[in-house]
Amino acid sequence: MQLYTLTVHQLSELMAQKKISSVELINAYLERSSKIEHKIQAFITHTKEEALAQARIVDAKRMQGEELSPLAGIPVAINDNICTAGLKTTCASNILNSYIPPADATVVTRLKNAGSILIGKTNMDEFGMGSSTEYSAFTPTKNPYALEAVPGGSSGGSAAAVAAGEAAFALGSDTAGDIRQPAAFCGVLGLKPTYGYVPRTGLISYASSLDQIGPLARDITDLALILNAILGHDPKDSTSATVDVPDFKAGLVNDVKGLRIGLPKEYMEAGVEGKVAAKIQEAVKQLEDMGAICVEVSLPHTEYAVAAHYIISCAEASSNLARYDGVRYGLRVEAEDVLSMFMQTRSQGFGDEVKRRVLLGTHVLSSASYDEYYTQALKVRTLNKQDFDQVWTQVDCLLTPASLTTAFKIGEKAQDALAMYLSNFCTIPVNLAGLPALTLPFGLADGMPVGLQLIARHFDEQTLLRVGYSLEQNTDQTSLKPDLDRE
Amino acid sequence: MSRYEAVIGLEVHVELKTATKLFCGCSTEFGKEPNTQVCPVCLGLPGSTGVLNKRAVELAVKAGLALNCEIGTHTWFDRKNYFYPDLPKGFQISQIFRPIAHNGYLDIEVNGQEKRIHITRAHIEEDPGKLIHTGESITTSFASYVDYNRSGIPLIEIVSEPEIRSGEEAKAYLEKLKSILEYTGVSDVKMEQGSLRCDANISVRPAGTTTFGTKTEIKNMNSFRAVQRAIEYEIDRQIELLEDGGTIIAETRGWDENKGITVSMRSKEDPDYRSFLEHEISDIKLTPEWIEEVRAALPELPDARKERLVKEHGLPAYDAGIITGSLALAEFFDAVYEKYPDAKTISNWIMGELLRLLNARNLELSQAKITPEGLAKLLELIKKGTISNKMGKEVFELMFEEGNDPEQIVKERGMVQISDEEQLAQILTEVIAQNPKSVADFQSGKKQAIGFLVGQVMKATKGQANPGVVNTMLRNMLAEK
Ligand SMILES: [Zn+2]
Repeated sequence: MQLYTLTVHQLSELMAQKKISSVELINAYLERSSKIEHKIQAFITHTKEEALAQARIVDAKRMQGEELSPLAGIPVAINDNICTAGLKTTCASNILNSYIPPADATVVTRLKNAGSILIGKTNMDEFGMGSSTEYSAFTPTKNPYALEAVPGGSSGGSAAAVAAGEAAFALGSDTAGDIRQPAAFCGVLGLKPTYGYVPRTGLISYASSLDQIGPLARDITDLALILNAILGHDPKDSTSATVDVPDFKAGLVNDVKGLRIGLPKEYMEAGVEGKVAAKIQEAVKQLEDMGAICVEVSLPHTEYAVAAHYIISCAEASSNLARYDGVRYGLRVEAEDVLSMFMQTRSQGFGDEVKRRVLLGTHVLSSASYDEYYTQALKVRTLNKQDFDQVWTQVDCLLTPASLTTAFKIGEKAQDALAMYLSNFCTIPVNLAGLPALTLPFGLADGMPVGLQLIARHFDEQTLLRVGYSLEQNTDQTSLKPDLDRE
Repeated sequence: MSRYEAVIGLEVHVELKTATKLFCGCSTEFGKEPNTQVCPVCLGLPGSTGVLNKRAVELAVKAGLALNCEIGTHTWFDRKNYFYPDLPKGFQISQIFRPIAHNGYLDIEVNGQEKRIHITRAHIEEDPGKLIHTGESITTSFASYVDYNRSGIPLIEIVSEPEIRSGEEAKAYLEKLKSILEYTGVSDVKMEQGSLRCDANISVRPAGTTTFGTKTEIKNMNSFRAVQRAIEYEIDRQIELLEDGGTIIAETRGWDENKGITVSMRSKEDPDYRSFLEHEISDIKLTPEWIEEVRAALPELPDARKERLVKEHGLPAYDAGIITGSLALAEFFDAVYEKYPDAKTISNWIMGELLRLLNARNLELSQAKITPEGLAKLLELIKKGTISNKMGKEVFELMFEEGNDPEQIVKERGMVQISDEEQLAQILTEVIAQNPKSVADFQSGKKQAIGFLVGQVMKATKGQANPGVVNTMLRNMLAEK
């Protein structure tokens, strides 16, 4: 039995039956990492000793008969832009390469309270800016299905860690598809909750109006368990939603009969790779066979979403990253005078892509171009939201590809900022509208995972899980495992 | 009459009197060790999120209502992006696009003329930290230190319309604004602690024209008097420059208190603040009912209190204006009145002795030792004739300095007035005997001669004789002769 391939609920069951202990589980994961991490490079920081210490505490509690959460004793990887108290949190940037936060992010506190074991901090594109994890200041992460391919991004380390068996689940952040696209590239499930449903406290801001923390996992039940633990209002974050959190696990049903699923034509017409399109058709057929009603719908402003998102996210980033000046924390490059210190710190601390976006964001907010760019982008954002509002009068959820292609090769788009951004074509409109969306694997094409994306109304994560769960129960296409032992 | 007219608008920053900062639970107390009142939120640490202080919103709404503003039921925060090391996030959270209060006014009186100055807006924002340089400035210092205790302290910025025309009007505007904010408990309004700061935008134009001239912004004024002087200086400077055929440069100028001049600080190209919505703080949504509750709970404001003193107590408008201009004075007045209900007398003592001593010693009322109960007792002693009015002033000064009970002072110093006719009769007889010429003058009709005789009695009694009694007795005694 390979513990590192099992789901959270399977592992939880084994621990509840006392067939394995958390310490054994953590050791199995650490051993797995010791064998494959040099190939994948999913982690920036590993927390071996602390993880084992925490596992012993959970085991002791279990021995004393304490009632434990299904997440107790389970190893989790956390994206390195989510703060962990006393543990380096870098955003994969040189400017924060030694930054140690004083407090845990709310989601980390919630997972720790549930007894989850933090096994490490995962690699990402610097500050979340990128779609391949190649823009990490430290190292690119590799796709477990093909080491020459990217894992996607920006939460590529988290997706690769879950896919490769280095963590049972992970938390990433999603600004433009940063959970969903890497989940699709790495053959795991990724969910971006409704904007505001997960508190942002402790998430290092990239684009405040778009960022959202969410889970990456191996099946729908696991996602439900994680959502149960991390969703809900946080008094420390006044922008977090005050909507009630249902029991997602209890709400899982294998039934899509009569459910109306929209197929936005703009997505299929946007140059989807043939092999990806074929898998989407297969999924549609499967859902129809299960009784769902699939209809073509239109989101007419989809083609402007990427440009609007680029402007808005860069604008917000230019402001959010202004605080890294060498004065209070993080990197300080000593220089002859104070102005040089500021400039050298930022010049050396930020990578090219971050600089590109900060410059662009500063430009679009400057009074000379504000109306021409920023105001226009906000208008597109409104139109994009109205598109979705319109389709919700016709259907209950939408089905699209998670990405127009399967994982591309390392180096293929790293020098082409626009091509890189366009790889989030399918996921970006969801962030602009603040909607919840799920990507899940649907078989392989030429050996690489293909991802489906499901999009639902605000705070209707349950419909996403319902469709995902039904697919999972009726096909074997949603559960994939890479073969990392080949050589 | 000048051929020029000055156009002045004031931007006043006022610290809201909250126990904690605008977006975190750190204390706002003044004067603590640097960086002891900070947390991840007000230090702008990565990942920190703030929560809006409800009390700050309530105080801002109070201020807005007291300044006759309309209150927005849905307003929000924006980011004002600029770089400076005292600004921990690289932007200031402020209300750029939708201020919590707008379109208000306050009335001032200068030289007996009433004038209404409109208020464009009042918005909530956070204070930056404070830089302390070892040298002149950040670029020329060996080291600069940053104190973030002030970072995140809630402020409201109150912006006037450019309707002020002189330094005197500006001072009157500030005094009225200060008293309104004091009455409503919105702020401590202490300029010396930085809880009230004022910048002035000044331009001049030919009298009778309506277009605006080029304006300069004046900073670094740390008293209302300094604001007035700086404005007066700047108006003269601009007029002189124009008369000489020069042009005004749009710039920021600093007031040099010692030299009494304004000096150029930097050319006033407004920085591009690249403002946009702050997404990490929730919007401010207020119900009209709640706003009305705050309005109903507003205390009596300076104008209403002044009118009450005039109408109910018959005080001259000028005196009433001075007394109600400061909440402390107005409350002092009311407290004395409760024990000694003679408004005119109280007003005379406040306008006379109390203000004279406060000004002479450069003190706030709270620093003087005299209590309203003490003054009431003193006035009682004078009324009963135990001491003379003149003695009363001496006693007042002692009470002002040391805070002692007036009866005790009178007793200790033997300052008892002699009103006893038997006791006075002998002294009067002696004075009459020693001054036959004055007596003769009086009896021949030179009635003012009695003043000299009263003076002689006062001298003989070391000022303790009751001059009223002496006067009456003298007249009786001289008439008998
Ligand atoms: Zn604080």
